[in-house]
Amino acid sequence: MSSTKRSPWLTLTALLVYFFLYAPIIVLIVFSFNASRTNVVFEGVVNQGPCGPFYWYCQLFRNRDVMEATRNTLVIALTSTFFSTIIGTMAALALQRFDFFGKNAAETSLYFPIVTPEIVMGIGILVLFSAAFGWINAALALAPNQRLTMGLGTVIISHIAFSIPFVTLVVRARLHGFDNRLEEAAMDLGANELTTFRKVTLPLIAPGVLAGAMLAFTLSLDDFIITFFTTGPGATTLPIYVYGLLRRVVTPEVNALSTIWILVVLVVVGISQWFQTRE
Amino acid sequence: MAEYAVELRNVWKRFPGPGGEVVTAVRDVSLKIADGEFFALLGPSGCGKTTSLRMIAGFELPTEGEVFLHGRPMGRTPPFQRPVNTVFQSYALFPHMTIGENVAFGLQMKKVDRQEVQRRVGEALEMVRLSGYERRKPKQLSGGQQQRIALARALVNRPEVLLLDEPLGALDLKLRKEMQLELKKLQREVGITFIFVTHDQEEALTMSDRIAVMEGGVALQVGDANDIYEHPNCRFVADFIGETNFLDGVVGALEPGKARVDAAGGVSLWAHTPQPVTPGQKVTVTIRPEKMHIRPTATDVNLLSGRVTDVVYIGTDTHYGVTLAGGQTIRVREQNYSAESRLLAREGEPVSVRFAIEAARVLTE
Repeated sequence: MSSTKRSPWLTLTALLVYFFLYAPIIVLIVFSFNASRTNVVFEGVVNQGPCGPFYWYCQLFRNRDVMEATRNTLVIALTSTFFSTIIGTMAALALQRFDFFGKNAAETSLYFPIVTPEIVMGIGILVLFSAAFGWINAALALAPNQRLTMGLGTVIISHIAFSIPFVTLVVRARLHGFDNRLEEAAMDLGANELTTFRKVTLPLIAPGVLAGAMLAFTLSLDDFIITFFTTGPGATTLPIYVYGLLRRVVTPEVNALSTIWILVVLVVVGISQWFQTRE
Repeated sequence: MAEYAVELRNVWKRFPGPGGEVVTAVRDVSLKIADGEFFALLGPSGCGKTTSLRMIAGFELPTEGEVFLHGRPMGRTPPFQRPVNTVFQSYALFPHMTIGENVAFGLQMKKVDRQEVQRRVGEALEMVRLSGYERRKPKQLSGGQQQRIALARALVNRPEVLLLDEPLGALDLKLRKEMQLELKKLQREVGITFIFVTHDQEEALTMSDRIAVMEGGVALQVGDANDIYEHPNCRFVADFIGETNFLDGVVGALEPGKARVDAAGGVSLWAHTPQPVTPGQKVTVTIRPEKMHIRPTATDVNLLSGRVTDVVYIGTDTHYGVTLAGGQTIRVREQNYSAESRLLAREGEPVSVRFAIEAARVLTE
C-alpha cells in the first residue's frame, strides 16, 4: 500500500458514487423478501407457505406468464447472440484484413446504430417490418393464418441487427495489433485457410469473440425499447412483461424476478470479464 | 536441362497504391537459384526484395511472369501447397502454442504420425541447440532463441527451399554476427537452398554464395560477393556495396579494354572498360578507396594531384580526403603496415594519388 495520506473526501466521494450506483439494486433485492404486497413500505421478511422467505420467488415460478416470458427471452437472447457473434466477428475480420471500396463508409455506418437513439431504431424497424410484411402478404395473397406477423422472429432479427456493431467493436479491439504474419506462417507450414482460422486466428481472437458474445447476450436480455416495437402476440419478453405488471401493481414478485435477472447478468458479465483479461 | 531450385522468369508485381495509382514493386526480375545455394536478395527498403520472396512463398502472386520450384511452374498455387518454408522477420511464432507445438505444426499439417513428429521435433530443437524447451511458450524465450525456434519450425519440414525474410533484423549486433555464422554453418549441414532477404550488405557478403542486388524493383546485378564488390555493373551497386569514389567525366582516348576519362578541372585518368564505350560518351569512374595510394613522389599512368583536406586515423587504416583540381573529393584508405604509415601526408599538403588502371572501372549507367 502507498504510504501517502489520501484526503478523506476522496474516499467519501467514491463511497457516495458506489452508494448511488448500488442502493437501488440493494433496495430492490431487499424488497423481494418483503411481507407486504406493495413495494412502498418494508414490513418485515415474508414467511409464507413452504418457501418461507423465498415466497415471492416461488410465486414467480408458479406464474405461467413469467415462465413463458423467461423462455422467450432466453430463446431470443441465445439465438440473436449466436448469429450476431458470427456476423459481427466476420465483419471485424473483413474490416481488419481487406481494403475495399467504401471501407470507411462501411465501418462508420456499422457503428452508427450504436449512437442512434433506440427509439428511432425501434420505430424504424417497426415501419420496415410492417411495410415489408404488408407488401409480401398482399403480393402472395396469403390467407389470414399464413400471413407474416410480428413475433419471436421479428424480435430475433432486430436483436441480431443491433448486437452486430457491439460484437464487431469488441472483436476489432482484440484484432488491433494482430500480426497477420501469424496466419501467413500457418499457411506457410501447410495449413489451408480453414485450418489456419481454426488453429491460429480463432484461438487468438477467442477472448474478444466470447466477450462480444456475452455483451450481445446481456444487451438482448434487457432490451426493452426495440423489443417493444417489434414484438407480437406470444412473444412477450421479461422486460415487456415487467413493464406490463408495473402498470397494475408492483408486487415483490417483480423484485424477485429482477433479483434473479441481476444475478444472471452478473454471472455473464463476470465470465465476459474473465475472458477479456485472460491472455 | 539443368534444374534450378528456384527460378523467377520475367516476374512483375504491381500493387494498387494508396491514391489509386499503380505501384510497381518488382520489374521484370529473372533469377536462377541453384540447389543448395545460399542466395541473398540485397537492397534498400522498398527495392522489391521482400515482395520477390513473398512471391516465391506464395503470399503474393506475380502480376506477370512465372515462379518455378524445381522446374514446376507455381501459377496460383497457395502457400500451403508449396514445398517451401519461411522464417519471418517477426518470427511469427504462435503465441498460444508451446515451442513443441509450434515446431510440430507443419508436420501435423502433413499428417505425419505422432511418434515421427515427436522424434523430428526433438531433432530440430537439438539442431538449434534448444532441446528441452518444448513446454515453454514463445514469450518466455529471448529474441535470439525465438529466432532459432522459427528456424527449427521451418526446417523440421525439410522444405525444398527455405525463405528467410530479414531473420536477423531484430537481433542486436553481437548476436547477429553469431547467428550469421551459425546460419551459414546450418545451411551447409542441411544442404537446403536458402534464400535470404537483407538490407545489410555486410550480412549478405558474409553469408551468401551469390547475391542479387535490387533497387527500384529491378535485380541490377547477380553474382558472388567478390564479383559484386570488384566488378559492379552500375553506379548503384558500386555505391551500395562498400565504400567507393565516383568521378564523372567524358571518354577521351580508347585502347583495348581501357579508356582515358577526362573529368572536370583537367583531371584525367585511365580506367578499365567492362562495357564498350565510345569517345565523347559521358561516364562515371569508380575507384575503391583501398585501391588508391598516397605517394608524394610517385610516377604512374594514373596520378591525380590534389590537396589533403582531412586525415582520419582509425588504427588499422588512415583515411585521407583529397580534393582534386576539378573540385572533386576522393577518399583514399591507406593500411597502417608500420607505425609511421599515418604520417604519409598532413592536412593542407599537396599530394599525388596513384592507382592501377584495373582498380578504376568505367560505369555507363
